[in-house]
Amino acid sequence: MVLFRKKFVNRFFGLIPLFILFFLVCSETDFNFERLSFLSFNLIYIVIFYWVLKNPDILGYGFIFLAGIINDVVIGLPIGISSITYLVLAGFAAYVRYLTVEPSLIYDWIVFVPSIAVTNSVYYYILRIFFDIEVNYITLALNAGVTILLYPIIGILFNFLSKIIIAQKNV
Amino acid sequence: MVTSRDDFSIAIRSAFLKKGVKQKFSLLALIIASIILLSLEAINSKSLNFVRSAVKDVVYRTSFVASMPSNSITFVFTKVQNYFEVYEQYEITKSKLQQLENQKNQINYLKIENDKLKKVIDDTDIYNYESITTKVLVDKKSPFLKSVILNKGFNSGLKKGMPVLEGPYFVGRITEVNYLSSRALLINDLNSKISVLIEPMGYRAIMSGNGEKLALLEFLPKNHQLEVGSLVYTSGTDGIFFPGIPIGRVELIEKKFHIKFFSDLSQLYFVNVITSKPTESEQ
Repeated sequence: MVLFRKKFVNRFFGLIPLFILFFLVCSETDFNFERLSFLSFNLIYIVIFYWVLKNPDILGYGFIFLAGIINDVVIGLPIGISSITYLVLAGFAAYVRYLTVEPSLIYDWIVFVPSIAVTNSVYYYILRIFFDIEVNYITLALNAGVTILLYPIIGILFNFLSKIIIAQKNV
Repeated sequence: MVTSRDDFSIAIRSAFLKKGVKQKFSLLALIIASIILLSLEAINSKSLNFVRSAVKDVVYRTSFVASMPSNSITFVFTKVQNYFEVYEQYEITKSKLQQLENQKNQINYLKIENDKLKKVIDDTDIYNYESITTKVLVDKKSPFLKSVILNKGFNSGLKKGMPVLEGPYFVGRITEVNYLSSRALLINDLNSKISVLIEPMGYRAIMSGNGEKLALLEFLPKNHQLEVGSLVYTSGTDGIFFPGIPIGRVELIEKKFHIKFFSDLSQLYFVNVITSKPTESEQ
Protein backbone atom coordinates (compact mmCIF):
# COMPACT_ATOMS: atom_id res chain seq x y z
CA MET A 1 0.00 0.00 0.00
CA VAL A 2 2.82 2.38 0.95
CA LEU A 3 4.64 1.45 -2.25
CA PHE A 4 1.51 2.08 -4.28
CA ARG A 5 1.04 5.49 -2.63
CA LYS A 6 4.65 6.43 -3.33
CA LYS A 7 4.32 5.36 -6.96
CA PHE A 8 1.07 7.28 -7.31
CA VAL A 9 2.48 10.50 -5.79
CA ASN A 10 5.61 10.20 -7.92
CA ARG A 11 3.56 9.65 -11.06
CA PHE A 12 1.16 12.48 -10.17
CA PHE A 13 3.91 15.10 -9.91
CA GLY A 14 5.57 13.77 -13.06
CA LEU A 15 2.34 14.23 -14.99
CA ILE A 16 1.81 17.88 -14.00
CA PRO A 17 3.75 19.39 -16.97
CA LEU A 18 1.86 17.13 -19.38
CA PHE A 19 -1.43 18.11 -17.75
CA ILE A 20 -0.55 21.84 -18.03
CA LEU A 21 0.32 21.41 -21.71
CA PHE A 22 -2.89 19.60 -22.62
CA PHE A 23 -5.03 21.86 -20.45
CA LEU A 24 -3.62 24.92 -22.24
CA VAL A 25 -4.23 23.56 -25.73
CA CYS A 26 -7.63 22.03 -24.99
CA SER A 27 -9.36 24.63 -22.87
CA GLU A 28 -10.21 28.27 -23.45
CA THR A 29 -7.74 29.14 -20.72
CA ASP A 30 -4.69 30.77 -22.16
CA PHE A 31 -2.71 33.90 -21.56
CA ASN A 32 -3.91 35.96 -24.50
CA PHE A 33 -5.58 38.91 -22.89
CA GLU A 34 -8.06 40.81 -25.02
CA ARG A 35 -7.91 44.08 -23.08
CA LEU A 36 -4.21 43.94 -22.23
CA SER A 37 -3.00 42.38 -25.46
CA PHE A 38 0.53 43.71 -24.90
CA LEU A 39 0.78 41.42 -21.85
CA SER A 40 -0.21 38.27 -23.74
CA PHE A 41 2.29 35.45 -23.75
CA ASN A 42 2.60 31.86 -24.84
CA LEU A 43 2.91 29.59 -21.82
CA ILE A 44 2.91 26.51 -24.06
CA TYR A 45 6.30 27.55 -25.53
CA ILE A 46 7.74 27.94 -22.04
CA VAL A 47 6.37 24.57 -20.89
CA ILE A 48 7.78 22.76 -23.94
CA PHE A 49 11.18 24.46 -23.91
CA TYR A 50 11.70 24.13 -20.17
CA TRP A 51 10.70 20.47 -19.82
CA VAL A 52 12.40 19.19 -22.97
CA LEU A 53 15.53 20.93 -21.77
CA LYS A 54 15.24 19.77 -18.19
CA ASN A 55 13.72 16.33 -18.46
CA PRO A 56 12.52 15.11 -21.86
CA ASP A 57 11.09 11.92 -20.35
CA ILE A 58 8.39 13.99 -18.63
CA LEU A 59 7.18 15.65 -21.82
CA GLY A 60 7.45 13.14 -24.67
CA TYR A 61 7.79 14.31 -28.27
CA GLY A 62 4.70 12.30 -29.20
CA PHE A 63 2.64 14.24 -26.68
CA ILE A 64 4.04 17.55 -27.96
CA PHE A 65 3.04 16.51 -31.50
CA LEU A 66 -0.48 15.59 -30.31
CA ALA A 67 -0.81 18.84 -28.34
CA GLY A 68 0.07 20.75 -31.51
CA ILE A 69 -2.64 19.00 -33.48
CA ILE A 70 -5.26 19.69 -30.80
CA ASN A 71 -4.17 23.34 -30.67
CA ASP A 72 -4.57 23.67 -34.44
CA VAL A 73 -8.05 22.17 -34.35
CA VAL A 74 -9.19 24.39 -31.47
CA ILE A 75 -7.74 27.62 -32.87
CA GLY A 76 -8.71 26.81 -36.46
CA LEU A 77 -5.28 26.72 -38.05
CA PRO A 78 -4.21 24.25 -40.74
CA ILE A 79 -3.58 20.95 -38.92
CA GLY A 80 0.13 20.38 -38.39
CA ILE A 81 1.41 23.94 -38.08
CA SER A 82 1.51 24.08 -34.28
CA SER A 83 3.04 20.59 -34.19
CA ILE A 84 5.90 21.78 -36.41
CA THR A 85 6.51 24.92 -34.35
CA TYR A 86 6.36 23.03 -31.04
CA LEU A 87 8.70 20.33 -32.35
CA VAL A 88 11.16 22.91 -33.72
CA LEU A 89 11.21 24.51 -30.29
CA ALA A 90 11.65 21.08 -28.70
CA GLY A 91 14.51 20.47 -31.17
CA PHE A 92 16.26 23.64 -29.99
CA ALA A 93 15.82 22.59 -26.38
CA ALA A 94 17.10 19.06 -27.08
CA TYR A 95 20.11 20.46 -28.97
CA VAL A 96 20.98 22.78 -26.08
CA ARG A 97 20.57 19.90 -23.62
CA TYR A 98 23.14 17.82 -25.52
CA LEU A 99 25.61 20.73 -25.57
CA THR A 100 25.17 21.97 -22.00
CA VAL A 101 27.48 20.59 -19.36
CA GLU A 102 26.29 22.69 -16.45
CA PRO A 103 22.70 23.88 -16.85
CA SER A 104 21.61 27.24 -15.49
CA LEU A 105 18.38 29.20 -15.82
CA ILE A 106 20.16 32.29 -17.18
CA TYR A 107 21.91 30.28 -19.91
CA ASP A 108 18.62 28.58 -20.82
CA TRP A 109 16.96 31.98 -20.96
CA ILE A 110 19.56 33.34 -23.39
CA VAL A 111 19.12 30.31 -25.66
CA PHE A 112 15.35 30.68 -25.41
CA VAL A 113 15.56 34.02 -27.29
CA PRO A 114 16.81 32.67 -30.67
CA SER A 115 14.67 29.54 -30.22
CA ILE A 116 11.49 31.60 -29.94
CA ALA A 117 12.58 33.86 -32.80
CA VAL A 118 13.13 30.90 -35.15
CA THR A 119 9.97 29.11 -33.98
CA ASN A 120 7.77 32.18 -34.52
CA SER A 121 9.39 32.83 -37.92
CA VAL A 122 8.58 29.26 -38.99
CA TYR A 123 5.01 29.75 -37.76
CA TYR A 124 4.63 33.12 -39.52
CA TYR A 125 6.13 32.09 -42.85
CA ILE A 126 4.20 28.83 -43.12
CA LEU A 127 0.92 30.66 -42.48
CA ARG A 128 1.75 33.55 -44.84
CA ILE A 129 3.43 31.71 -47.69
CA PHE A 130 1.67 28.34 -47.84
CA PHE A 131 -1.79 29.19 -46.53
CA ASP A 132 -2.11 32.93 -47.23
CA ILE A 133 -3.43 33.57 -43.71
CA GLU A 134 -2.74 37.06 -42.45
CA VAL A 135 -0.95 37.24 -39.12
CA ASN A 136 -0.20 40.47 -37.33
CA TYR A 137 3.56 40.16 -36.87
CA ILE A 138 3.68 43.01 -34.36
CA THR A 139 1.28 41.10 -32.09
CA LEU A 140 3.35 37.98 -32.69
CA ALA A 141 6.59 39.81 -31.84
CA LEU A 142 5.06 41.38 -28.72
CA ASN A 143 3.76 37.99 -27.63
CA ALA A 144 7.23 36.49 -28.14
CA GLY A 145 8.83 39.37 -26.21
CA VAL A 146 6.58 38.93 -23.18
CA THR A 147 7.08 35.15 -23.34
CA ILE A 148 10.85 35.66 -23.27
CA LEU A 149 10.61 38.12 -20.38
CA LEU A 150 8.48 35.73 -18.32
CA TYR A 151 10.66 32.67 -18.93
CA PRO A 152 12.87 33.10 -15.83
CA ILE A 153 9.88 33.68 -13.51
CA ILE A 154 8.00 30.64 -14.75
CA GLY A 155 11.30 28.78 -14.92
CA ILE A 156 11.80 29.33 -11.18
CA LEU A 157 8.33 27.88 -10.52
CA PHE A 158 9.11 24.90 -12.75
CA ASN A 159 12.49 24.48 -10.99
CA PHE A 160 10.53 24.09 -7.80
CA LEU A 161 8.26 21.47 -9.41
CA SER A 162 11.26 19.72 -10.93
CA LYS A 163 12.87 19.46 -7.47
CA ILE A 164 9.68 17.91 -6.08
CA ILE A 165 9.60 15.37 -8.93
CA ILE A 166 13.24 14.43 -8.32
CA ALA A 167 12.68 14.25 -4.56
CA GLN A 168 9.66 11.99 -5.04
CA LYS A 169 11.66 9.72 -7.33
CA ASN A 170 14.42 9.39 -4.76
CA VAL A 171 12.08 8.59 -1.88
CA MET B 1 37.65 23.87 -34.97
CA VAL B 2 37.07 20.41 -36.39
CA THR B 3 36.15 19.21 -32.93
CA SER B 4 33.60 22.00 -32.45
CA ARG B 5 32.03 21.18 -35.86
CA ASP B 6 31.89 17.53 -34.78
CA ASP B 7 30.25 18.54 -31.51
CA PHE B 8 27.70 20.56 -33.42
CA SER B 9 26.77 17.70 -35.77
CA ILE B 10 26.68 15.16 -32.93
CA ALA B 11 24.38 17.44 -30.89
CA ILE B 12 22.10 17.99 -33.90
CA ARG B 13 21.98 14.26 -34.63
CA SER B 14 21.33 13.44 -30.99
CA ALA B 15 18.59 16.05 -30.70
CA PHE B 16 16.69 15.16 -33.85
CA LEU B 17 17.38 11.46 -34.42
CA LYS B 18 17.78 9.89 -30.97
CA LYS B 19 14.63 8.68 -29.29
CA GLY B 20 15.77 8.94 -25.69
CA VAL B 21 14.98 6.48 -22.92
CA LYS B 22 11.20 6.82 -22.75
CA GLN B 23 10.55 8.42 -26.14
CA LYS B 24 8.73 6.36 -28.74
CA PHE B 25 9.40 8.68 -31.68
CA SER B 26 12.35 10.78 -32.79
CA LEU B 27 11.88 14.52 -33.31
CA LEU B 28 12.68 14.27 -37.00
CA ALA B 29 10.06 11.55 -37.57
CA LEU B 30 7.41 13.71 -35.87
CA ILE B 31 8.41 16.84 -37.81
CA ILE B 32 8.06 14.83 -41.04
CA ALA B 33 4.67 13.56 -39.83
CA SER B 34 3.59 17.18 -39.17
CA ILE B 35 4.69 18.23 -42.66
CA ILE B 36 2.69 15.33 -44.16
CA LEU B 37 -0.36 16.40 -42.12
CA LEU B 38 0.06 19.99 -43.33
CA SER B 39 0.29 18.81 -46.94
CA LEU B 40 -2.93 16.83 -46.48
CA GLU B 41 -4.70 20.13 -45.71
CA ALA B 42 -4.43 21.00 -49.39
CA ILE B 43 -6.14 17.76 -50.47
CA ASN B 44 -9.91 17.96 -50.59
CA SER B 45 -11.26 14.42 -50.76
CA LYS B 46 -14.49 13.08 -49.32
CA SER B 47 -12.87 10.47 -47.06
CA LEU B 48 -10.26 12.94 -45.76
CA ASN B 49 -12.94 15.53 -45.07
CA PHE B 50 -14.94 12.93 -43.16
CA VAL B 51 -11.94 12.06 -40.97
CA ARG B 52 -11.16 15.76 -40.43
CA SER B 53 -14.76 16.47 -39.51
CA ALA B 54 -14.88 13.57 -37.02
CA VAL B 55 -11.55 14.58 -35.41
CA LYS B 56 -12.70 18.20 -35.11
CA ASP B 57 -16.04 17.22 -33.58
CA VAL B 58 -14.26 15.12 -30.93
CA VAL B 59 -11.67 17.82 -30.17
CA TYR B 60 -14.28 20.58 -29.94
CA ARG B 61 -16.39 18.59 -27.47
CA THR B 62 -13.28 17.75 -25.43
CA SER B 63 -12.27 21.39 -25.47
CA PHE B 64 -15.73 22.39 -24.30
CA VAL B 65 -15.52 19.97 -21.35
CA ALA B 66 -11.95 21.06 -20.53
CA SER B 67 -13.03 24.71 -20.54
CA MET B 68 -15.91 24.12 -18.14
CA PRO B 69 -14.06 24.81 -14.85
CA SER B 70 -12.49 28.06 -16.04
CA ASN B 71 -15.73 29.15 -17.69
CA SER B 72 -17.61 28.52 -14.45
CA ILE B 73 -15.15 30.70 -12.53
CA THR B 74 -15.51 33.49 -15.12
CA PHE B 75 -19.30 33.12 -14.97
CA VAL B 76 -19.38 33.44 -11.16
CA PHE B 77 -16.99 36.40 -11.27
CA THR B 78 -19.14 38.20 -13.86
CA LYS B 79 -22.28 37.48 -11.81
CA VAL B 80 -20.75 38.93 -8.65
CA GLN B 81 -19.53 41.96 -10.58
CA ASN B 82 -23.03 42.45 -12.01
CA TYR B 83 -24.57 42.41 -8.53
CA PHE B 84 -22.29 45.22 -7.45
CA GLU B 85 -23.34 47.29 -10.44
CA VAL B 86 -27.09 46.73 -10.11
CA TYR B 87 -28.06 50.16 -8.81
CA GLU B 88 -25.87 52.01 -11.29
CA GLN B 89 -27.31 49.91 -14.12
CA TYR B 90 -30.85 50.57 -12.88
CA GLU B 91 -30.36 54.35 -13.12
CA ILE B 92 -28.93 54.07 -16.64
CA THR B 93 -31.73 51.74 -17.72
CA LYS B 94 -34.37 54.09 -16.33
CA SER B 95 -33.11 57.04 -18.35
CA LYS B 96 -32.69 54.86 -21.46
CA LEU B 97 -36.25 53.58 -21.10
CA GLN B 98 -37.52 57.11 -21.09
CA GLN B 99 -35.65 57.85 -24.31
CA LEU B 100 -36.88 54.63 -25.90
CA GLU B 101 -40.48 55.44 -25.05
CA ASN B 102 -40.12 58.70 -26.95
CA GLN B 103 -38.44 56.98 -29.90
CA LYS B 104 -41.07 54.24 -30.01
CA ASN B 105 -43.78 56.65 -31.01
CA GLN B 106 -41.64 58.05 -33.82
CA ILE B 107 -40.70 54.53 -34.99
CA ASN B 108 -44.33 53.40 -35.15
CA TYR B 109 -45.11 56.22 -37.55
CA LEU B 110 -42.00 55.49 -39.67
CA LYS B 111 -42.78 51.75 -39.75
CA ILE B 112 -46.21 52.32 -41.18
CA GLU B 113 -44.78 54.69 -43.76
CA ASN B 114 -41.99 52.21 -44.59
CA ASP B 115 -44.44 49.33 -45.11
CA LYS B 116 -46.48 51.45 -47.52
CA LEU B 117 -43.37 52.42 -49.51
CA LYS B 118 -42.14 48.81 -49.62
CA LYS B 119 -45.38 47.71 -51.20
CA VAL B 120 -44.93 50.37 -53.85
CA ILE B 121 -41.39 49.26 -54.81
CA ASP B 122 -42.09 45.49 -54.37
CA ASP B 123 -39.14 45.00 -52.01
CA THR B 124 -38.23 42.05 -49.82
CA ASP B 125 -38.54 42.14 -46.07
CA ILE B 126 -34.92 42.00 -44.97
CA TYR B 127 -35.83 40.93 -41.45
CA ASN B 128 -37.94 37.98 -42.56
CA TYR B 129 -35.45 35.10 -42.56
CA GLU B 130 -35.03 31.68 -41.00
CA SER B 131 -32.30 31.17 -38.45
CA ILE B 132 -30.90 28.56 -36.12
CA THR B 133 -29.85 29.48 -32.60
CA THR B 134 -26.53 27.92 -31.64
CA LYS B 135 -24.40 27.94 -28.54
CA VAL B 136 -20.78 29.04 -28.58
CA LEU B 137 -18.88 25.93 -27.52
CA VAL B 138 -15.36 27.31 -27.44
CA ASP B 139 -14.08 30.85 -27.76
CA LYS B 140 -10.32 30.49 -27.64
CA LYS B 141 -9.00 34.00 -27.62
CA SER B 142 -6.13 33.64 -30.03
CA PRO B 143 -4.24 36.89 -30.57
CA PHE B 144 -4.04 36.13 -34.29
CA LEU B 145 -7.28 34.44 -35.33
CA LYS B 146 -10.70 35.55 -34.14
CA SER B 147 -13.22 32.76 -34.43
CA VAL B 148 -15.68 30.80 -32.30
CA ILE B 149 -16.81 27.19 -32.40
CA LEU B 150 -20.57 26.59 -32.53
CA ASN B 151 -22.42 23.52 -31.31
CA LYS B 152 -24.30 22.84 -34.56
CA GLY B 153 -23.02 21.52 -37.85
CA PHE B 154 -24.30 20.22 -41.16
CA ASN B 155 -26.70 17.85 -39.38
CA SER B 156 -28.65 21.03 -38.48
CA GLY B 157 -28.44 22.48 -41.98
CA LEU B 158 -25.49 24.83 -41.49
CA LYS B 159 -23.40 25.62 -44.57
CA LYS B 160 -20.21 27.54 -45.30
CA GLY B 161 -20.72 31.27 -45.79
CA MET B 162 -23.93 31.61 -43.76
CA PRO B 163 -24.12 34.89 -41.78
CA VAL B 164 -23.87 34.72 -37.99
CA LEU B 165 -25.79 37.22 -35.87
CA GLU B 166 -25.91 38.05 -32.18
CA GLY B 167 -29.45 39.29 -31.70
CA PRO B 168 -30.03 41.49 -34.75
CA TYR B 169 -26.32 42.34 -35.19
CA PHE B 170 -23.91 40.83 -37.67
CA VAL B 171 -20.88 39.19 -36.00
CA GLY B 172 -19.36 36.82 -38.56
CA ARG B 173 -19.82 34.00 -41.02
CA ILE B 174 -19.47 30.24 -41.06
CA THR B 175 -16.12 29.15 -42.45
CA GLU B 176 -15.95 25.49 -41.48
CA VAL B 177 -18.75 22.96 -41.02
CA ASN B 178 -18.44 19.54 -39.37
CA TYR B 179 -21.19 17.04 -38.61
CA LEU B 180 -21.91 18.29 -35.06
CA SER B 181 -20.04 21.58 -34.90
CA SER B 182 -18.94 24.50 -37.01
CA ARG B 183 -16.57 27.47 -36.88
CA ALA B 184 -17.58 31.09 -37.36
CA LEU B 185 -14.96 33.62 -38.43
CA LEU B 186 -15.64 36.86 -36.57
CA ILE B 187 -15.74 40.22 -38.33
CA ASN B 188 -12.75 41.54 -36.38
CA ASP B 189 -10.48 38.78 -37.68
CA LEU B 190 -7.51 39.95 -39.74
CA ASN B 191 -8.70 37.84 -42.68
CA SER B 192 -12.28 39.18 -42.67
CA LYS B 193 -13.18 41.64 -45.47
CA ILE B 194 -16.85 42.52 -45.90
CA SER B 195 -18.65 44.93 -48.20
CA VAL B 196 -20.68 47.41 -46.14
CA LEU B 197 -23.18 50.21 -46.60
CA ILE B 198 -22.92 53.39 -44.52
CA GLU B 199 -26.13 55.22 -43.80
CA PRO B 200 -27.55 57.86 -44.05
CA MET B 201 -24.98 58.86 -46.71
CA GLY B 202 -25.36 55.62 -48.66
CA TYR B 203 -21.59 55.14 -49.07
CA ARG B 204 -20.23 51.70 -49.88
CA ALA B 205 -16.92 50.56 -48.41
CA ILE B 206 -14.99 47.51 -47.25
CA MET B 207 -14.90 46.63 -43.58
CA SER B 208 -11.54 45.10 -42.81
CA GLY B 209 -10.92 43.27 -39.53
CA ASN B 210 -7.65 44.02 -37.77
CA GLY B 211 -7.78 41.64 -34.84
CA GLU B 212 -8.80 44.44 -32.49
CA LYS B 213 -12.16 45.50 -31.05
CA LEU B 214 -12.74 47.87 -33.99
CA ALA B 215 -12.61 47.21 -37.72
CA LEU B 216 -11.11 49.51 -40.32
CA LEU B 217 -13.18 51.15 -43.08
CA GLU B 218 -11.38 50.94 -46.41
CA PHE B 219 -12.07 51.96 -50.03
CA LEU B 220 -14.42 54.80 -49.15
CA PRO B 221 -15.51 56.98 -52.08
CA LYS B 222 -13.26 59.91 -52.99
CA ASN B 223 -14.18 63.25 -51.39
CA HIS B 224 -16.55 61.51 -49.00
CA GLN B 225 -17.99 63.39 -46.08
CA LEU B 226 -18.38 60.58 -43.63
CA GLU B 227 -19.69 61.52 -40.22
CA VAL B 228 -18.83 59.93 -36.91
CA GLY B 229 -21.80 57.98 -35.58
CA SER B 230 -23.10 56.92 -39.01
CA LEU B 231 -24.61 53.45 -39.07
CA VAL B 232 -22.94 50.56 -40.87
CA TYR B 233 -24.88 47.67 -42.46
CA THR B 234 -24.01 44.77 -44.74
CA SER B 235 -24.34 45.95 -48.32
CA GLY B 236 -25.19 42.63 -49.92
CA THR B 237 -23.19 43.51 -53.03
CA ASP B 238 -20.77 40.65 -52.43
CA GLY B 239 -23.65 38.22 -53.01
CA ILE B 240 -22.79 36.32 -49.81
CA PHE B 241 -24.81 38.23 -47.23
CA PHE B 242 -28.10 39.94 -47.81
CA PRO B 243 -28.23 43.71 -47.29
CA GLY B 244 -29.29 45.60 -44.20
CA ILE B 245 -27.85 43.58 -41.33
CA PRO B 246 -26.65 46.14 -38.75
CA ILE B 247 -22.96 45.94 -37.83
CA GLY B 248 -21.94 49.05 -35.90
CA ARG B 249 -21.23 52.77 -35.87
CA VAL B 250 -18.48 54.83 -37.50
CA GLU B 251 -15.74 56.18 -35.24
CA LEU B 252 -12.71 58.30 -36.03
CA ILE B 253 -9.50 57.09 -34.42
CA GLU B 254 -6.09 58.49 -35.33
CA LYS B 255 -7.51 60.13 -38.48
CA LYS B 256 -8.82 56.79 -39.75
CA PHE B 257 -12.45 55.72 -39.92
CA HIS B 258 -13.23 52.62 -37.89
CA ILE B 259 -16.37 50.67 -37.06
CA LYS B 260 -17.35 50.10 -33.46
CA PHE B 261 -19.41 46.92 -33.40
CA PHE B 262 -22.83 46.82 -31.77
CA SER B 263 -21.96 43.38 -30.36
CA ASP B 264 -19.19 42.65 -27.92
CA LEU B 265 -17.36 39.96 -29.88
CA SER B 266 -15.50 38.72 -26.83
CA GLN B 267 -18.76 37.95 -25.02
CA LEU B 268 -20.63 35.70 -27.42
CA TYR B 269 -22.65 32.92 -25.77
CA PHE B 270 -25.56 32.31 -28.15
CA VAL B 271 -25.66 33.31 -31.80
CA ASN B 272 -28.12 32.94 -34.67
CA VAL B 273 -27.04 31.47 -37.97
CA ILE B 274 -29.22 32.66 -40.84
CA THR B 275 -30.12 29.67 -42.96
CA SER B 276 -32.32 31.33 -45.59
CA LYS B 277 -32.41 34.46 -47.70
CA PRO B 278 -35.05 37.09 -46.81
CA THR B 279 -38.47 36.19 -48.15
CA GLU B 280 -40.72 38.35 -50.31
CA SER B 281 -42.83 40.77 -48.31
CA GLU B 282 -46.54 40.11 -48.28
CA GLN B 283 -48.48 42.28 -50.69
